[in-house]
Amino acid sequence: MFKIIKQLTSVVAMFAVLFAFSTETMAAKKSKTLENTKKRGFVRCGVSQGLPGFSNADESGNWTGIDVDVCRAVAAATLGDATKVKFTPLSAKERFTALTSGEIDILSRNTTWTLSRDADIGLTFVGVNFYDGQGFMVRKGSGIASTSEFKNGTSVCTNLGTTTELNMRDFFDSRGISYEPVVFEKADEVVAAYDAGRCDTYTTDKSGLAAQRTKLSAPDDHVVLPETISKEPLGPVVRQGDSVWEDIVRWSLNTMIEAEEYGVNSSNADMMKTSNNPAIKRLVGAEGELGAAFGLDNEWNLRIIKQVGNYGESYKRNIADTGILPDRGPNELWTKGGILYVPPAR
Amino acid sequence: MNNIIKRFIPQILAILFVVLIFGFLTLNAQTNMDNRGIDFGFDFLSQESSFDVQFSLIEYSGSDSYARAFLVGLLNTLLVSFISIIICTILGVIIGVARLSSNYLIKNSAAWYVEFFRNIPLLLQIFFWYYAALRALPMPEKANAWFGVTYMTVKGYYIPAMVWENLNVFLYCALAAIISIIVLRNYANKLRDTQGKQIPVLLYSLALLILLPLLSFLFGGVSLGFEIPELKKLSKISYIYEGGISLPPELIALVLALSLYTSTFVAECVRAGIEGVSKGQKEAAASVGLKPNQVLKLVIMPQALRIIIPPTTNQYLNLTKNSSLAAAIAYPDLVLVFAGTALMQTGKAIEIVSITMLTYLTISLTIAAIMNWYNKKIEIKEK
Repeated sequence: MFKIIKQLTSVVAMFAVLFAFSTETMAAKKSKTLENTKKRGFVRCGVSQGLPGFSNADESGNWTGIDVDVCRAVAAATLGDATKVKFTPLSAKERFTALTSGEIDILSRNTTWTLSRDADIGLTFVGVNFYDGQGFMVRKGSGIASTSEFKNGTSVCTNLGTTTELNMRDFFDSRGISYEPVVFEKADEVVAAYDAGRCDTYTTDKSGLAAQRTKLSAPDDHVVLPETISKEPLGPVVRQGDSVWEDIVRWSLNTMIEAEEYGVNSSNADMMKTSNNPAIKRLVGAEGELGAAFGLDNEWNLRIIKQVGNYGESYKRNIADTGILPDRGPNELWTKGGILYVPPAR
Repeated sequence: MNNIIKRFIPQILAILFVVLIFGFLTLNAQTNMDNRGIDFGFDFLSQESSFDVQFSLIEYSGSDSYARAFLVGLLNTLLVSFISIIICTILGVIIGVARLSSNYLIKNSAAWYVEFFRNIPLLLQIFFWYYAALRALPMPEKANAWFGVTYMTVKGYYIPAMVWENLNVFLYCALAAIISIIVLRNYANKLRDTQGKQIPVLLYSLALLILLPLLSFLFGGVSLGFEIPELKKLSKISYIYEGGISLPPELIALVLALSLYTSTFVAECVRAGIEGVSKGQKEAAASVGLKPNQVLKLVIMPQALRIIIPPTTNQYLNLTKNSSLAAAIAYPDLVLVFAGTALMQTGKAIEIVSITMLTYLTISLTIAAIMNWYNKKIEIKEK
């Protein structure tokens, strides 16, 4: 008899545990990823294996770049400290698996937003932090000034597992040019092979070309052709299924862009608390209860601006001042002739 | 009764354990994929791949399906493995025999070769051959002709392509030659067993192999022409060769690295095999009046092969699996094309990785089966 009671209680306990689980998932406005991040004490962020301007580590392992800054912004918003990020360098091939398998929580690795990636493989793109397009780099001595001068048999070096491979095929196929794709897993290998003369041209996103050109043995002997053959909106990605976390990442990025729009930067953010403009006051957490929607406190956006800076500061620090792409082109604010436009934070 | 239970219960438990583990893994993967909105299925195989591949043995373009891209990768893997297995076997036998030579120089250079190539990681050797070759080889316009018509350049090795007319007639003749050689050998064996007569089978076989195909040229209307690669200008400073066949430098570097590396292991197997045959065998064979080459062919080799085959099979399997390092230097093998590009474009990680694993397993088991069959054939038949 005693035994039966014991068994019964254990069964009840089991059900209780199960029930507890289900009620917890029912509770609204709770992000498992956020909870785990807080428990862990750092944000897990997937970046590239070294793309100057976007995500690149120096000798002492400090990561910099505009992709890196997105993760730092999320860390500042959720943990209060922009340095609390663990960066995982990933190849193009590994990146989505690392995210869907839960090894990282944000993928901020110059990743192109496409329909099939967004809809098919369990990912959600949260925004665009760099508008890019695919281009070609050739040797100056070749005299090629435009992509229309490519001839049958051109060998093309590029990276594995990117939209580049598909665009390249669309481009050459639609022009009826036969070409030889030479596809490497790592960017450094592409650079080495192109440098050795294996390929006539090197194709990837134009920002990538500009960055990789600096790694060539004689950068000045190479030139990026003017044509852009594709749209490459690059942005951070999160796993599908945690909409609160998705919102946190999206609005961390949006905060940086909107801060630039309103002229709020890392040095004047505190003073802006007393601004007359309610939009600015909301942006620095002095008005409204914006953080509550994500389960964050009210100064989450102020911390982003103070610790990471606004988008313009990030761009200047990482891309313009390093000489990669001094001209912001489409990545200028909509108010200044670019296409950076984010929904209002209110 | 008790005995039976004792015998079977552990086995049943073991099977149950395996099934449960497998079931758990499947269920776990399924729930996680459901949670993340990932579908499972193999429909993607019939979809258009929309990417191109550098080097393919079959017709392939971006408008073909993923299944065909898989085939392209598989054939490229088989090609590089097949060529490398043949080269590493030839090299391995030569080096292995050389290590047993009584000539000091030959013996020691063979030993050095083995120690050098087997003690450097394969991936490094692949990188070495690839990037060293790329740095050292001339641009197409500066290449000197090898044998007058082939060009070794940084963009690949260009060789003339054969242009056949009535190729099928030639192939039938070659097939006929092979069949008649088999018949001849059986007949010669029978003759030797029943009447003790020897006929020079090798000589006759060679004659058949040359004469029959030659006849097809003379009377069958077969003709063979060559398409010789010619230099073509792409831009002011870049050229390629057009026409003929181009072997990409990636393939050449991979074959070099794989066959040099594996040949050292094959050489050791060969050496072990020959040393494993006791000296008495050789002396006994000599004492019954066999000539040195007969001693090697009829007495030493049949016994040595028994020792050589099983470990060499392992080396062949290793070589095939190692060929997946191709991805590092852009050779479009199964891993690069299918588990690389196709996986990235579809996001079907579980499906593609399991197909790739099963494919390698099948290739390995096939090689093992062939080698086991050969081993069975040459093992001691006790009467």
